[in-house]
Amino acid sequence: MISKEEVLHIAKLSRLELTDKETENMQKNLSAILDYFTVLKGAPKAKMDKSKISLDLKNSGLRQDEVILSPASLANNLVAMAPDKQEGYFKVKSIL
Amino acid sequence: MDLIDLTITQLHDGFKKNKFTSVQVTKAYLEQIKKNDNDIGAYLAVTEDFALNQAEKADKIIQAWQSDSEKGSELITEFPLLCGVPCAIKDNILVEGMQATAGSKMLENYIAPYDATVIKKLKADGAVILGKVNLDEFAMGVSTENSAFKVTKNPHDLTRVSGGSSGGAAAAVAAKEACFTLGSDTGGSIRLPASFCGVVGLNPTYGAVSRYGAIALASSLDQIGPITKNVQDTKIVFDAIKGKDSMDATSVEIPNKHKIRNSKFEIRNLKIGVPKEYFAKGIDPAVEKIIKDVIGKAKSAGAEIVEISLPNTKYAIATYYIIVPSEASANLARYDGIRYGYSEILNSKFEIRNLLDVYVKSRGAGFGPEPKRRILVGTHALSSGYYDAYYKKAQEVRQLITQDFTDAFKKVDVIFTPTSPIPAFKIGEKSSDPISMYLMDIYTCPLKLAGVPAISLPVGFVDKLPVGLQIIGNHFEEDKILTVASEIEKLVQ
Repeated sequence: MISKEEVLHIAKLSRLELTDKETENMQKNLSAILDYFTVLKGAPKAKMDKSKISLDLKNSGLRQDEVILSPASLANNLVAMAPDKQEGYFKVKSIL
Repeated sequence: MDLIDLTITQLHDGFKKNKFTSVQVTKAYLEQIKKNDNDIGAYLAVTEDFALNQAEKADKIIQAWQSDSEKGSELITEFPLLCGVPCAIKDNILVEGMQATAGSKMLENYIAPYDATVIKKLKADGAVILGKVNLDEFAMGVSTENSAFKVTKNPHDLTRVSGGSSGGAAAAVAAKEACFTLGSDTGGSIRLPASFCGVVGLNPTYGAVSRYGAIALASSLDQIGPITKNVQDTKIVFDAIKGKDSMDATSVEIPNKHKIRNSKFEIRNLKIGVPKEYFAKGIDPAVEKIIKDVIGKAKSAGAEIVEISLPNTKYAIATYYIIVPSEASANLARYDGIRYGYSEILNSKFEIRNLLDVYVKSRGAGFGPEPKRRILVGTHALSSGYYDAYYKKAQEVRQLITQDFTDAFKKVDVIFTPTSPIPAFKIGEKSSDPISMYLMDIYTCPLKLAGVPAISLPVGFVDKLPVGLQIIGNHFEEDKILTVASEIEKLVQ
């Protein structure tokens, strides 16, 4: 069983505020889930071959590094979604 | 026969022969949604005006083709198969100007600023978009019970779940509230609801379909795919949406060598693998019998049935439920209460003093229980001191599971399994126990870790509840599994 303090530590790393009730539930849920993961201890040892983690994407690759013009409406649409904005910019709170 | 009973091919044929118009078909679907969807709850938004507008445009294209073809010109190209066909889109795929909630309070008021690549393709073909359909929050779930808005009920039994996370997409097709839908599949989210609702659903090979404009859950697994009334329609929609896209660096063109000519295909030349691990404890005997019967029919039709082993299957759920939350915890970091989505930045009720307050309050109030659970599990699995035991270990086991499939496809052409160990369960039956929900992915998530494609196809009923057969193919062998599925569809009719 992981402790309440551990849950709060993970929540802090996750930038998540949890209510007391949520913290209690997550303590139970996370403990059960992490317990379930112990099944992996029985898995055979595998040599990590990092080249095999993704599919062979020979046909893919990145695009040229060049400016692609987009309509102004796209930028407007994107900024329009911001909860707090000013003159076409996102507004944020101070860090400290 | 009603207009809403027709498949894509039948609608296309009807449009060509001027038997009915896209506006008529669209109105029939809108009527069905009005009549039916209060009970089912598949739709989160119905975009009636947009749909009728698109239908009128489609009718003009169709009429232009008709007048050209009456003139006897041989050179005119036929209008696309999806032209005028009404569909619905899972609400985690962006359609410009429409809501895209991902089933979350976090995105309740979010309006998509651009079209996903798959939507651009559907629009270019003249498909008609009826609206946005329900899902588990951020596609995390197997029942739509995790949706922040409502539970989508199973059209075959309203006391049961539709499956998830693309439950709205599967129920909409089953309840004739759309001719086809697009869903997304990370661990089974297209195939499981397709199985529960008795429709066809395809999870394409990783990379076969662009994910640009799909709200990300776990980027090494997410794929968009079709849910349809039959196998032929699945092929039509898949062909329309697949292909390389410069906006998704993981997308690729399906190599030509994987195309198969239907005239050469015969079921008696087929080797079907049946993994013994998928028929072990936990499977409902009634489901097992239906799947074994279908395998028997394939054998009678001349296919060779080969018992195979996928020995690392027992590690798949744990591996999957480490990798997905890890990737999700990173993907969901973008919901910061600043650029879009739910925010407490202007809430005067709390004392919001700095940036960190905006993050923790907005995320705490915007996310539901399952995203919170996965963000916590993922953050833990990636954190210093735990990374090796969880994330690194899971990546290693992922390779073993991938190797299982590589070895299997050296011996067989396709693999047959049940899509789900049980038919649709009761609403509320599993909602208090996350692990029992996770275990529903037992047959659908292992192949995702290997990135191979699979289809779920309805092959029978337990009482009145549909049972799906899952057909798994090797990378980019969608053509093969669709052709095999089409043969099986004939055998079980």
